[in-house]
Amino acid sequence: MSATTRQLVENLNALATGLFLLTAFGIVGTRQARGCLQLFIAQSLLLAASAGLLGLQFHSQHLYGVMLVNLITKPVIVPWLLRRTAPVEIYTRREIDQVLNIPTALSIALALAIGAYFLGVPLTQALPPEYHGPNVPIGIAGLFLGALTLTVRREALPLLLGLLAMENGAFLAGISIARDLTMLVELAIATDGLIIVFIVGVLVRAVEQHVGTTAVGALASLKEAAPHAEREVTP
Amino acid sequence: MNLIAVLLPPLIAAALTGIPSKKSWWAPGVSVLSCLVVLLLAGRMAWRIALGSSLTAALGAGWSNWVAIDGLSALILLLIALVASTAAVYSVGYMAHGQLTQGKLRLYHVNYNLFIFSMLAIPLLAEPTLVWIVVELTTLCSALLVSFENTREALEAAWKYVVLSLMGAGFALFGFLVLFAAMHATGSGPYTWSALLAAAPTMPPLLTQTAFLVILIGLGTKVGLVPMHTWLPDAHSQAPSPVCALLSGIETTSILYVILRLFPVMQRVPGAHAQIWALVLGLISVGTAAFLLLQVTDYKRLLAFSTVEHMGIILTAVGLGASAHYGAVQQIVSHSVTKSFCFFAAGATLLGVGTRQISAVRGLIRRAPIAGAALLLGGLAITGAPPLAVFLSEFAILRAGLVQSQYLVSGLLALFIVIAFFGVMVHVNRMVFGTAQANQAQEDPPHEVEAPRFRLPFSCTLALIVAAVPVIVLGLYIPAPLQELLKQAAAALGR
Repeated sequence: MSATTRQLVENLNALATGLFLLTAFGIVGTRQARGCLQLFIAQSLLLAASAGLLGLQFHSQHLYGVMLVNLITKPVIVPWLLRRTAPVEIYTRREIDQVLNIPTALSIALALAIGAYFLGVPLTQALPPEYHGPNVPIGIAGLFLGALTLTVRREALPLLLGLLAMENGAFLAGISIARDLTMLVELAIATDGLIIVFIVGVLVRAVEQHVGTTAVGALASLKEAAPHAEREVTP
Repeated sequence: MNLIAVLLPPLIAAALTGIPSKKSWWAPGVSVLSCLVVLLLAGRMAWRIALGSSLTAALGAGWSNWVAIDGLSALILLLIALVASTAAVYSVGYMAHGQLTQGKLRLYHVNYNLFIFSMLAIPLLAEPTLVWIVVELTTLCSALLVSFENTREALEAAWKYVVLSLMGAGFALFGFLVLFAAMHATGSGPYTWSALLAAAPTMPPLLTQTAFLVILIGLGTKVGLVPMHTWLPDAHSQAPSPVCALLSGIETTSILYVILRLFPVMQRVPGAHAQIWALVLGLISVGTAAFLLLQVTDYKRLLAFSTVEHMGIILTAVGLGASAHYGAVQQIVSHSVTKSFCFFAAGATLLGVGTRQISAVRGLIRRAPIAGAALLLGGLAITGAPPLAVFLSEFAILRAGLVQSQYLVSGLLALFIVIAFFGVMVHVNRMVFGTAQANQAQEDPPHEVEAPRFRLPFSCTLALIVAAVPVIVLGLYIPAPLQELLKQAAAALGR
């Protein structure tokens, strides 16, 4: 690979990871459940793109495999599985009573992303130069923003996507620093993501049937020192 | 004999229990049989390891990158098999009591067997990222067991369980990938626990420490370490009682096992302070749980908080250093056998009185003598009353702490254990021997006198008796092969 092409591939990877970070912010702040799903799909495609570009840069068959697995599972199978398991209501919801309002949540997200940078850069510095690059800090930021999504959202779909976005973040870092991991593990992790979607989908359906809401994050009747009789009245 | 064989019975059983059958004994029978086969296989493995043969060496070269077994993993495997068997027997009568449809009962047993499968895989696998996957699977396979009763509370508990455990797992995945990068930087071979141990002295300390902390926090969420414990009392109290026995008795310890695997690695990394982290997180967990125990109103939550306390004790013991390691593994054993027994007792109580409220249960010993006696024994056993199993292990830990002149840690630990003892026993004592409170007595005075004696299903009584044996025996005498296994397991915790 010539120096110019290498530079181009590196720049494209930087672009893909940058956009990845943007989608992570989007998942924190988008009110529409369906919008969150689209952002998550975009994020997965960018993850696949980054894997492909790194594969090109380091001639790694394994990373091409990761790209393929990501292209098949997340944009295609995840939405299909959700349609099969979870109630349709989860798409149509527009979330208005988040735990924190959106500007506050986004400010926290910004702080977390900056923190992730200062955490991620020293980590890559401890490794040989070929591992330097934007993947680790942005991967950590993706992990943090996914966790933030889990804490600020209440609707089922954004919460599920927060979980999957965390995994995407860990992966984005992983394809750069752990690119020689065996393919078996990658496949197993991808399958695991699908099982998460299935189980959470079934659980959301049960909540919808028995409690009558898809705002699962708002369930909060189990607490210490509150007798059962009093719990029942809280909606 | 291939190590993988032990994973097959639960998988086959999961498939068989899924087959629709009109006979009501089919699904429970298959589960019990499968668990007994697993117990036999695991017992045989543990026996051979205790006698000093290395089962990993007998594996082909291709396998040893994926599966391995040593004293510590054999011990965990044996405990999982033991508790799974008693819980399967207990399930027979317990689930029959609930008037479930055949479909619902099948769902229970399919999930039960898959859950057992995922837990058995944790100690057997040698590749850390694969271990991470089966840890995820334990959450996913047990989620529908936690929500099994489909009440508002059960669904909420299952939801919290899934979200918080998977959130922790997300961090842990990052940790395991960083750990891989750290090991790979030294140029060592395939990613396994033993390769990590060998590569540890030359791994970049910054990466290794970051990975350790992220994994400790991430998996610590699933173990129920304070402050990541918030989901645990919910999930461990809302699930059906045999599932609670599995969740509290062995799921927590088998996840803790994964964290414990990292301690010998960290001891070889220059400048790492893994033991201090263990002491701090462990003591915070024990202390918080001890005080929370005082204010619970639900007796299954009481036992769940006691699990948080015990996880803290084990972690503290690991942090105390090599001389407390024997006590730590002994505590793992005594916690698993005792906590599962306690949840069987709590389940028997729930069947007898139909409520989880501590304040609504009085004079249990008169109304349901077996449940009352079991709850009393369980309460005494889990809080470390002599001469039962937990007493022996907690005593060993405290003694090791004093020998190492860790007076502050030992003192705090002893104080918290005493507080937890009173916290649990105050509640249990009232439930078992107490008389109905004045206002309740006025409302329905004949209720308590004339309530018919409750008869526990036979399989539940059987499971209670079998589960009580190790709780009592291990406090008086530890058989020589088990002692050897414990020694090997303790050695695996140090460098």
